Amino acid sequence: MRFALRRLGFFLLTLWAALTLNFVLPRLMPGNPAVAMIAKFKGGVSPQALKALETQFGVQTHQSLISQYGSYVGNMATGKFGVSLSQYPASVGHIVMDAIPWTLGLVGITTIFAFLLGTGIGILGAWRRGGLLDSIMPPTFVITSVIPYFWLGLVLILIFGVQLKWLPYFFSYDYTLTPSFSLSFIGNVIEHAILPAVTLLITTIGTWILTMRNTMITTLAEDYVRMARAKGLPSRRIMLDYAARNAILPNLTGFAMSLGFVLGGAILIEYVFNYQGVGYWLLAAVDNEDYPLMQALFLLITVAVLVAILISDIATAVLDPRTRDAG
Amino acid sequence: MAMIRPLSAPGPDLPVPVSRLSARSRNPAVRGLQRMTTAIRSNRKATWGFVLLVLFCLVSAFPWVLAHDDPSAMIYPVSLGPSAHHLLGTTGLGQDMFAQLIWGARPVLLIAFGVGLGATGIAVLIGVAAAYLGGWWDAVLNLVVDVLLVIPLFPLLIIIAGYLHSAGTLVMIAVITFTGWSYTARQLRSQALSLRNRDFLEAARVRGERRLYIVVVEIIPTMTSLIVASFLTNALYAVLFSTSLQFIGLGDPTVVSWGTMLRSAENNEAFQTGQALWIIAPGLCIVGLGAAFALLNYAFDEIGNPALRPLRRARVKRSG
Amino acid sequence: MSSGAAEPVPAIADTAAGVRRGRFRRRLEAVPGLQATTGATYQPEHPDAILDVRDLSVEYLLDSGTVVAVDRVSFALMPGEFVAIVGESGCGKSTLLFAIAQLLSPPAEIIGGSVTFAGRNMVELTDSALNAIRWKDLSVVMQSAMNALNPVKSIGAQFKDVMRAHGVTARQEIASRSAEVLRMVGIDPIHLDSYPHQLSGGMRQRSMIAMALLFTPELVIMDEPTSALDVVAQRSLMVQIAELKERFGFAVIFVTHDMSLVSHFSDRLMVMYAGQVAELGPTRQLFDSPAHPYTVGLMDAFPSIRGPRRPLSGIPGSPPDLARPPQGCRFAPRCPKVMDRCQADPPGLYQVDGIDVRCFLYEGAVGADRWSKP
Repeated sequence: MRFALRRLGFFLLTLWAALTLNFVLPRLMPGNPAVAMIAKFKGGVSPQALKALETQFGVQTHQSLISQYGSYVGNMATGKFGVSLSQYPASVGHIVMDAIPWTLGLVGITTIFAFLLGTGIGILGAWRRGGLLDSIMPPTFVITSVIPYFWLGLVLILIFGVQLKWLPYFFSYDYTLTPSFSLSFIGNVIEHAILPAVTLLITTIGTWILTMRNTMITTLAEDYVRMARAKGLPSRRIMLDYAARNAILPNLTGFAMSLGFVLGGAILIEYVFNYQGVGYWLLAAVDNEDYPLMQALFLLITVAVLVAILISDIATAVLDPRTRDAG
Repeated sequence: MAMIRPLSAPGPDLPVPVSRLSARSRNPAVRGLQRMTTAIRSNRKATWGFVLLVLFCLVSAFPWVLAHDDPSAMIYPVSLGPSAHHLLGTTGLGQDMFAQLIWGARPVLLIAFGVGLGATGIAVLIGVAAAYLGGWWDAVLNLVVDVLLVIPLFPLLIIIAGYLHSAGTLVMIAVITFTGWSYTARQLRSQALSLRNRDFLEAARVRGERRLYIVVVEIIPTMTSLIVASFLTNALYAVLFSTSLQFIGLGDPTVVSWGTMLRSAENNEAFQTGQALWIIAPGLCIVGLGAAFALLNYAFDEIGNPALRPLRRARVKRSG
Repeated sequence: MSSGAAEPVPAIADTAAGVRRGRFRRRLEAVPGLQATTGATYQPEHPDAILDVRDLSVEYLLDSGTVVAVDRVSFALMPGEFVAIVGESGCGKSTLLFAIAQLLSPPAEIIGGSVTFAGRNMVELTDSALNAIRWKDLSVVMQSAMNALNPVKSIGAQFKDVMRAHGVTARQEIASRSAEVLRMVGIDPIHLDSYPHQLSGGMRQRSMIAMALLFTPELVIMDEPTSALDVVAQRSLMVQIAELKERFGFAVIFVTHDMSLVSHFSDRLMVMYAGQVAELGPTRQLFDSPAHPYTVGLMDAFPSIRGPRRPLSGIPGSPPDLARPPQGCRFAPRCPKVMDRCQADPPGLYQVDGIDVRCFLYEGAVGADRWSKP
């Protein structure tokens, strides 16, 4: 219980840090960039929205810094993220809600799949040592994990989209179609998701494979694995029940932490494929100086990482009886 | 009659262990470096990585040796294929691609080493300070590190770069350094913690040495290999992050770099005009440099944990 | 004296079911009827022995070279006998133990010798054949129960999986047998649901012993099971082991670095040094009149709590580097009784008064050049 409370405290602290960063950054930059932004949008938005922006970014207000901060945090906490400037009059919240399912689908499903597949390959790779595979695997996957996400996307587009013309590579679905829950539309969505998903898979799987293989190798040297052999247990049971179940524990926390990187990569992939998810909108917001949208998306991504950490904490508690008692 | 191979004397087919270090220094930092040199020579991955890295460094230091054209000059006919005059052809803007590639190495390596040194420096400072000062300081610093670890780095970089509108090389180094030091700080702190109670430190304390002396002269040199590994990690992420930022347009557009080349390629519809090389060449360079850092890093992992090395099979078939 | 005809070395693929998983691949040469360097012949008949180890050698394949950690060790174990193996760190006793139990993993490999148990040479057996023997006839107790028990499974689950692996599937039977073995070692069966970290050190060790007795095997191999405990717990564990042995009649091979601990419980004592057997014989005899200078040094290093006070003594120097073992006797550099011959020739195993000693001091004694028969 104490453990859970401490974690919760940590999450709140991180959230607060992200909020404060959002608040402080524009004010720190030389010549508050918000000034330029507001000047740019002056004609296009309603006066109330303008006033709200000024308050949010501390331009021309007579409020003290503290009270600006207070009202800012208050707004964020109650979900008043304001209106999007580039997509005026759509509200930030609206755009964000629209974007989430796309990113969740693409990145969420692909990452889970990459994690499971990568972990499986890592387990087998550690189990079967001493072959050609054992020497080839590490350098190969070390190299795949440094391939820039966006570049691989470009290359895949080049090969499969432009040259071979097998797969589409623009947007999340054929935009001449109207979205519906029909099978053909869903099929179309999947078709559009293949290249981005493969890109994400190839670039991220290397890390899962290598970390799992390394922890597995260390675990296989443990006494309890030798004991399992001594007991005459079948090999598969030793591999899974004794080795893998212990080896995966440190990787679960690692998984949650690297989700931050994966999301970063996903931003680039969505950009390259024009896939209308959270990352795409973040970059569009940056391009258009749409700061309210930018800030909201940054907070969203931070929350996503925190949720992932929470889930991995729960999973670790379920799988490792030692943490349950420590808390 | 069965013959026994004498087991107490090494036979001609047994490998003779060679000690490469004839003189082992007393200074732990020098010893650490000696170990690393041996390691680099004996581990294939490390050798490759090292050679690649040196190659890139040489190219970026002396670009004029290989490339004879001004990389930014848009004086050539556009979109030419590879030829004797232009090894990689020309870009859609009439620049010589090969020259761009060669000159483009310099900003990337500058950023890589800049961030590598800067972030590692901060990480060592904070990590070791936290471990050694202990108590309240440790708790606070640890919390800061943990919070920074969780906040997603790349989105934060995007936002900062977004506010700045475009980041030149120096700014890029600063921004990536100040956001990215936390990961390696954590690792360094763990190692410093485990070293804290070792006997040689106790000896120093008993001798009456000042805390700072102990930290600088005793602890840090012992951590040499981890510090080098941290440098490699930070440099690697600097390469990937900076080229990504340049690609999405947040880098300095006037600087010729692999990232800006790719941005240019994308903006100028390199796909449609069939200029695959414009996209492939700079990307391969990024992968190459990244691989150099990553292979060296992975090799260090293997060196530190021998269990990870590829298993040797017995080379000599035993006879009865 | 020449040995009997050397048997052809079976190639890996010829062995029955020679399919191996990478990691459990092992060398398959069995070399019976070996010729020792002194020309002595090993007595092959131990019809009553449940375990017959002959010229077992284990090598570590390292990047820097090969190290022979166990050099032609031989001994035979009678039913119900308690043999203790003692020696300093690095003498190869744990490696020997794991080699006997076929639990070595790369880079360690058995490169010669045989281990005959239940009538079959275990070195030659495949994993599936070994699994049938494992735990039912031969079980293992390891040094640190915290490391030897799977931390994420309850004690009961670990009992269950070994029983199920050997054909006991009825839930009732599993439950009752698990409870029974725990009670045997004095632990409340309620702890079947506990995880290893929830038990005290002594309880963990005893539950490992309970697990080892699930099928009341003929032989229990123990690798320093008391080293991780305090002296009081050590003694009580030894008493427990002795009681159980009395009750169920299993044989024990007990590896330890603490001679005084086993002195009251073991029938025979084997002293190992630098991968070789230095001395092997009945415990009491070894304690009363140790033969090998190394054993003498060890005995002297454990002062008696009774008797006159004398200054502490030790054995100067340190064990040889097994990557480059010395030409002659391995103990020669540290031996107070060293002779010229010792540096040049390696001594064989000589029998004196029923003890085997690897020392030139005893060459030519009555019945020399014969291997011991317990």
